[in-house]
Amino acid sequence: MTLLELRGLRKEYGGRIGQAATVAVDGVSLAVAEGETLALVGESGSGKTTLVRLLLRLTEPTAGQVLFDGGDLAGLTPARLRAVRREMQVVLQDPYSSMNPRMRVTDIVAEPLVTHDPAVRGRARRPGLRERVGGLLEAVGLPAAVQDRYPHEFSGGQRQRISIARALALEPRLLVLDEPTSALDVSVQAQVLDLLAELQRRRGLTYVFVSHNLAVVRAVADRVAVMRHGRIVEIGPAAQVFDAPGHAYTRALLDAVPDPDPRRARRRKAG
Amino acid sequence: MTAPTPTTDPTPPAARGIPSGVRAVLRNRLALAAMAVLAAMALAGLFAPLVAPHDPNAQDLLARLRPPAWLDGGAPGHLLGTDQLGRDLLSRLVYGARVSLLVGLSAALLAGVIGAVVGLVSGFLGGWPDRVLMRLADIQLAFPSILLALAIVGFVGSGLWTVILVLGGTGWVAYARVVRSEVLSLRTRDFVTEARAIGAGDLAIMRRHLLPNVMAPLATIGTLQVAAAIVAEASLSYLGLGVPKEIVTWGAMLSDGQLYLGTSWWIAVFPGLALMCTALAINVTGDVLRDVADPKAYRR
Repeated sequence: MTLLELRGLRKEYGGRIGQAATVAVDGVSLAVAEGETLALVGESGSGKTTLVRLLLRLTEPTAGQVLFDGGDLAGLTPARLRAVRREMQVVLQDPYSSMNPRMRVTDIVAEPLVTHDPAVRGRARRPGLRERVGGLLEAVGLPAAVQDRYPHEFSGGQRQRISIARALALEPRLLVLDEPTSALDVSVQAQVLDLLAELQRRRGLTYVFVSHNLAVVRAVADRVAVMRHGRIVEIGPAAQVFDAPGHAYTRALLDAVPDPDPRRARRRKAG
Repeated sequence: MTAPTPTTDPTPPAARGIPSGVRAVLRNRLALAAMAVLAAMALAGLFAPLVAPHDPNAQDLLARLRPPAWLDGGAPGHLLGTDQLGRDLLSRLVYGARVSLLVGLSAALLAGVIGAVVGLVSGFLGGWPDRVLMRLADIQLAFPSILLALAIVGFVGSGLWTVILVLGGTGWVAYARVVRSEVLSLRTRDFVTEARAIGAGDLAIMRRHLLPNVMAPLATIGTLQVAAAIVAEASLSYLGLGVPKEIVTWGAMLSDGQLYLGTSWWIAVFPGLALMCTALAINVTGDVLRDVADPKAYRR
């Protein structure tokens, strides 16, 4: 079943009188099925981040539609849009700036809960809230006791776990992961990817996974969409895109990945 | 490749008993001294009737222009001497502290509230609200505030609350500008984007994410403004446009003492020193507060 669908999505920036607009996203259409991981790959400036902002409705598209669970996000009243936001959450790339440095972990993870359910606000509801936050932290592999700390007391990987805990707080169906591991060490990257895979298995989450790291994409994606100059140049099952790329740009992108095996790398260059 | 990273922070939980900020303040002697001065001023002002040896307005024409007690001709009953009407200077200083601190704090607070709201709205919303508010700020800035204060006081008439409202109403621009520029950089940060994605409204974002992050600069400007407001009040009182004569203020004392500077220097020097020490102590405290307000600054 299709959870998220983009139809002819287009976004232009600038473009005053006598000046051509910059087209960041140029007619993107795609569908994401419930429970799958769609990876969005492409070089810097290819429009990935703009596409993410569009599908989260953080920016208004110039043209086109975003359909979530069959409903168009464009015509929604602010209240309805808030309700839809419960179902789609985001984890951003930089775990150092995605958390308010002045909030404790409890408040960071509880923010979605407090935003959508005013009843949990207030001192009296605090113990129950702490318990829920503790449960979320444990689900991402952190001890519940870290709640009283500030973000700067954590490492990058730990912060990204907190970010994921916050994104899971409302039990969304769709998680948009904007380069969730690119700011992390390789070993920590692997841990976070394992965590994401496990969460998907257990909760039936749908992921839109944005990355420029093809090794990571290969490990997590069911399907891959390759973006260039704001367009999707190729889309298909991960195995097919990786092993039999149909578009010249995809091949160039794959060739740019350094091969860990020097002999194979030499052979590839020669061939 | 998959070396485990520790998932808990290594700092022992015992070290988190006292907030690190409080410990940092206690280590800083200058800050302690400044806060002691302020505390002494505040206590003296608060309990003025108990601290002051005399009624600040009681005249004793037989004991006019007495020098401080430790000089020749000084009377032990008047520690800092008397003025031209024989009023006890120490008592007047103590009562003056009350007015100065009240005016300084209230005016700075009022200006801070106005400035923070203007800065948040202007920086976060942008567009026409920003343009309108910033042009207002420009107008306010282009107009010398003491002149404006003079005009308003001259028009409405002098009074303690008039002075506070005027000084508060003219001092907001400094806050608004700084808050706005901080907000401009904060609003592009990921945690604000994240809050939007969560579905938080503008008000919630301003309150939960922006305001706490501009508190440090606010506090710093606030302390400067307290000192500035105290001096501004003194200037107005000096010009005779501050508070009514029966309320003792340092500015009025300075202006009284000016005539006698050649012969009885103490009348003007002591209120001047009090003014200077207070302003200095407030500024030092402000510096320390700014450091402490940043949770990362005193990390150990």
